[in-house]
Amino acid sequence: MSESLITVSYLAAAALFILALSGLAANETARRGNMFGIVGMTIAVLVTIAAFVTDNLAVMVVIMAVGGVIGFVLSRRVQMTQMPELVAILHSLVGLAAVLVGFANFLDPSIQYTGVEKTIHEIEIYIGIAIGALTFTGSVVAYGKLSGMLGGAPMLLPARHWLNLALFVGTIVIGAKFVGETSHDQAMIWLLIMTAIALLFGIHMVAAIGGADMPVVISMLNSYSGWAAAATGFMLSNDLLIVTGALVGSSGAILSYIMCRAMNRQFLSVIAGGFGTSSASSGGPAAEGEVQTIDIPAFAELLNDAKEVMIVPGYGMATAQAQHAVSDISKNLISKGVNVRFGIHPVAGRMPGHMNVLLAEAKVPYDIVFEMDEINDDFPAVDVSIVVGANDTVNPLAQEDADSPIAGMPVLEVWKGETTVVLKRGMAAGYAGVDNPLFLKENTRMCFGDARETLEALAKAI
Amino acid sequence: MIIGIPAEIHSAEKRVAASPEMVEKLIKAGFEVRIEAGAGDGASFTDEVFASSGAKIVDDTASVWGESDLVIKVRPPEQNEQLGQHEIDLLKEGAHLISFVWPAQNEDLLQRLTKKNATALAMDSIPRISRAQKLDALSSMANIGGYRAVVEASNLFGRFFSGQITAAGKVPPAKVLVIGAGVAGLAAIGTAKSLGAIVRAFDTRPEVKDQIQSMDAEFLELDFEEDGTGEGGYAKVMSEEFIKAEMALFAEQAREVDVIVTTALIPGKPAPKLITEAMVISMRDGSVIVDLAAEQGGNCELTSPGEVVTRHGVHIVGYTDLPSRLASQSSQLYSTNIYNLIMEMCPEADGTLTVDMEDEVIRGATVVKDGEITWPPPVVAVGAERKPSYGGQTVAPEAKAPVEKKVSPIMKLMSNAWIPLGIAGALLFGLGQVAPPSFMAHFTVFVLSCFIGYMVIWNVTPALHTPLMSVTNAISSIIILGAITQISAPDNLIFILAAIAVFITCINIVGGFSVTQRMLQMFRGEQ
Repeated sequence: MSESLITVSYLAAAALFILALSGLAANETARRGNMFGIVGMTIAVLVTIAAFVTDNLAVMVVIMAVGGVIGFVLSRRVQMTQMPELVAILHSLVGLAAVLVGFANFLDPSIQYTGVEKTIHEIEIYIGIAIGALTFTGSVVAYGKLSGMLGGAPMLLPARHWLNLALFVGTIVIGAKFVGETSHDQAMIWLLIMTAIALLFGIHMVAAIGGADMPVVISMLNSYSGWAAAATGFMLSNDLLIVTGALVGSSGAILSYIMCRAMNRQFLSVIAGGFGTSSASSGGPAAEGEVQTIDIPAFAELLNDAKEVMIVPGYGMATAQAQHAVSDISKNLISKGVNVRFGIHPVAGRMPGHMNVLLAEAKVPYDIVFEMDEINDDFPAVDVSIVVGANDTVNPLAQEDADSPIAGMPVLEVWKGETTVVLKRGMAAGYAGVDNPLFLKENTRMCFGDARETLEALAKAI
Repeated sequence: MIIGIPAEIHSAEKRVAASPEMVEKLIKAGFEVRIEAGAGDGASFTDEVFASSGAKIVDDTASVWGESDLVIKVRPPEQNEQLGQHEIDLLKEGAHLISFVWPAQNEDLLQRLTKKNATALAMDSIPRISRAQKLDALSSMANIGGYRAVVEASNLFGRFFSGQITAAGKVPPAKVLVIGAGVAGLAAIGTAKSLGAIVRAFDTRPEVKDQIQSMDAEFLELDFEEDGTGEGGYAKVMSEEFIKAEMALFAEQAREVDVIVTTALIPGKPAPKLITEAMVISMRDGSVIVDLAAEQGGNCELTSPGEVVTRHGVHIVGYTDLPSRLASQSSQLYSTNIYNLIMEMCPEADGTLTVDMEDEVIRGATVVKDGEITWPPPVVAVGAERKPSYGGQTVAPEAKAPVEKKVSPIMKLMSNAWIPLGIAGALLFGLGQVAPPSFMAHFTVFVLSCFIGYMVIWNVTPALHTPLMSVTNAISSIIILGAITQISAPDNLIFILAAIAVFITCINIVGGFSVTQRMLQMFRGEQ
């Protein structure tokens, strides 16, 4: 196959990937976008096979088939509440692949460069493997945290910032030795040492970040997996990899930025880990007032009298698997002529868009699901807001108390509505460790218990 | 513990201290409830309904009083003419009583309670702080009074409240003046407004201006600086000049409006006389004045407490039992207030009462404790913060400006766009010095792709961020190309590395695209 034909095919694939991402700008075009992505990937893979594979073709096809089947089964079996875990584990695979391809490339005797080109090529290998290894272990730890295998609490080693710095400097120093090394075998050893460091670094970095910062971590790992692909692209002088890696890398970076902005936190401080450890002591003055509870019949009556209902889901909805119950109630109310809407905070859940996916799974039409910025001004007209397992994202302290750890974080202003009902297991503070005065407001009613059971009972009572 | 609910004996009192719903809740909280036969008749709660909520119906008045550990009622206990005995004399030794007491006016009642070693909580003495709002029977009753005042007025008023243009001619809307915008005043404003009248309101406390305006009524202002906010958020007596200016305003308004609702009260003083006979004369015939302060002497000089009189062609309503005229509603709200108070003292819902004198709400309400008069309570500071609630709607204070977190100087420096740009420029220059052209070609592609990615991703709707992540995941497995190019290598190690890479990236590609497709299938609009 001619060089130009390959280039043209890669160009087509790159264009299709861009179309795939731009398709996600709207629900209507998203599915077509995904098809573009599939077509692009198919073209790229087939052309590459045709152009480069001279040997081992049968073995490879078998491997691809097995891998594909595994991936397919995974994707069909996964619960929507487990999407963050799935995404994390898939990220780790990208990272691992980058490491493997990097090593294979380094070992390949047929690739020979000299002078500056050799240096640059070695740096590319080095960076590709470093980012890949970091993404790999980071994603594995993130997976562990999300799936509950590892505790969600941040693991804070003493002097962790210094440790991070030491690992980083070590990586650069070893990099310099690796590039300067003339003996191939010795260089291989440096490369292995660096890989070990990068693996450790990935573990340490994600372990220090707490559960509710996961939206940032997942986006960040998403970004890294892109940069790893781009670095691999440089290494292989393959523009398609570079383009795709850059797309994915910037996608993850933007998502990280959106998540950080939604928490009013600096990206660096999220990555440095340990949210609230320095400032949680200033949890604000103990709010005055007391909790008022509500039982199911009274709650049902409240909803029956309401004209405008806003449902604000949080991570608690995912853990309680309450999305179907929420959906049933919203359908029921809509059929009675109630205007039901959903208000989603950008960091609700454990990954960007987590709540939207859960609601979509429960067949809530997306036209009634709104982002925070779209509906925050509407709360004064809302009769009943139902907060399902959200806490920090509806905390008025973010606006009222400048010393609060969550000060300045944009929040859903549910307390401006006429009545708010909060479904919650107990009075525990949210992830940020801050008391929530919302629960004590006069127009707030607490409904304790498992969100799903509560909502199912409620659906019957309406 | 037994809770007894006697029938109200005050003449024309139709309320009852518990609704069937609350009886049910009290029983759930571990109490036994006994109610005098016919106690709920005036409020349209029949004995059968009470019985089906679990209350025991008792025919004998004396045993309701004598066998209960806690008696709840509406009016302060008084002489029972039928039995020839004071109600307190019927009370069991050491029992509890919750009702309106008006301790300042009823010294004798307190004395009687001490003789019985009783503990009495006065619904009228509950501190008016935000925590106690759900117990605040004065507010509940005032709310009803304000509503009923307008209903009475519209009943007597010979015209529509709302303006209409009909085939038979144009009807102007009625003009209503509400004096005093406390809970009752605000309720009157809301009711008159919803009947379609033009509503104006006056209050000596400037802080209520926002509340009045939030209900779409006009706030009448005097050209006069004086804050009428007294202790506990109530009104205080104003200076003479102020009163003069105020009276001039009322005189002017009286000529214009059709209905005046007065609710002006100053705690511990007779009601201020605000509407003079001259003003009444100046009003149009057929106008209505509803005087909610009639019980305290009335805001109008011509008010006759307890009845409706017509003077100079103006109907003057002086009813003192407006809440009782809406007996079902007021019983329901009052019993909720009582229930909340009982639950304050029975947090475990175990059917026992603990009168905790450390709790400022309970302390304030308790006028007699175990036979000792504990009224008046020590002064509790009440800020102007108390948000008057009207009809369940809370008037929110103005939102505070969002606070911002402090930003470190380094972050500030970095947020200046020129500095990162400068650094990037310097790096690019350095790179251009050493890098070979082949690298720069790739680098160009890389940088441009980053920009494309930036533009494209910002357009992605936030609702699709999860599918975005899974699809980027799938396409980042484009790394498979690297593995494919190496899989034909003769070196076994390279082959194995490449094979593993092909394997895992395939999982990723198929898994990523497929799960994205699955998610996107679920995103559906309204059918």
